[in-house]
Amino acid sequence: MFEILMILSLIILTLAILLNIYRVIKGPSSADRVQALDSIGINLIAGIAIFSVYLDTHAFFELILLIGILSFVGTIAFARFIERGVVIERKR
Amino acid sequence: MSGSAEVIAGVLIFLGTLICLISAIGLVRLPDVYTRSHAASKSSTVGVLFILIGTLLYFVISEGYFSIRLILGILFVFLTAPVAAHVICRAAYRAEVPLTENSAEDELKDYMKGDSPSVK
Repeated sequence: MFEILMILSLIILTLAILLNIYRVIKGPSSADRVQALDSIGINLIAGIAIFSVYLDTHAFFELILLIGILSFVGTIAFARFIERGVVIERKR
Repeated sequence: MSGSAEVIAGVLIFLGTLICLISAIGLVRLPDVYTRSHAASKSSTVGVLFILIGTLLYFVISEGYFSIRLILGILFVFLTAPVAAHVICRAAYRAEVPLTENSAEDELKDYMKGDSPSVK
């Protein structure tokens, strides 16, 4: 019963990620795409948490932290690129 | 003992996935960048917090394993997801992505056009 509930949660999460991918493909501006990719990263964190409950192991918790940090850094870098055209500004 | 862990974790995780699905539906259906960012940032943050807290409670109750890495992950997602949405919205506004047609008023436009060099 519990395993079936976990599988059902993973299926619903996959559906959410597919809707996000629709927004990544169709989004009119690039801010839409960055926003949807950030949301995909957050949904991946949730998927890893559900999968570690399903497998009953705690070997994947580093991945949660790691994907969170990587998704945040990538989002900030893309937002700076949209806003100013450069990611790292050069000091004079 | 293990049954209560499964009940609590199952309810929290299932609620979290439903909130994530609602967030994705909002991301598809809403009309412009700012409303979509509103949907995506808040509800998917709450959804993933539900799921991570369910995971934490599952491992605490079922085997007494209190994971400090999961606590760090919860804190990090809770702190950084709204900041990321804010930065994306600001970048979209400065790249002059238009608002949707039936939005009533753009108050930031007057402020950005005025003589305030600190925000420009």
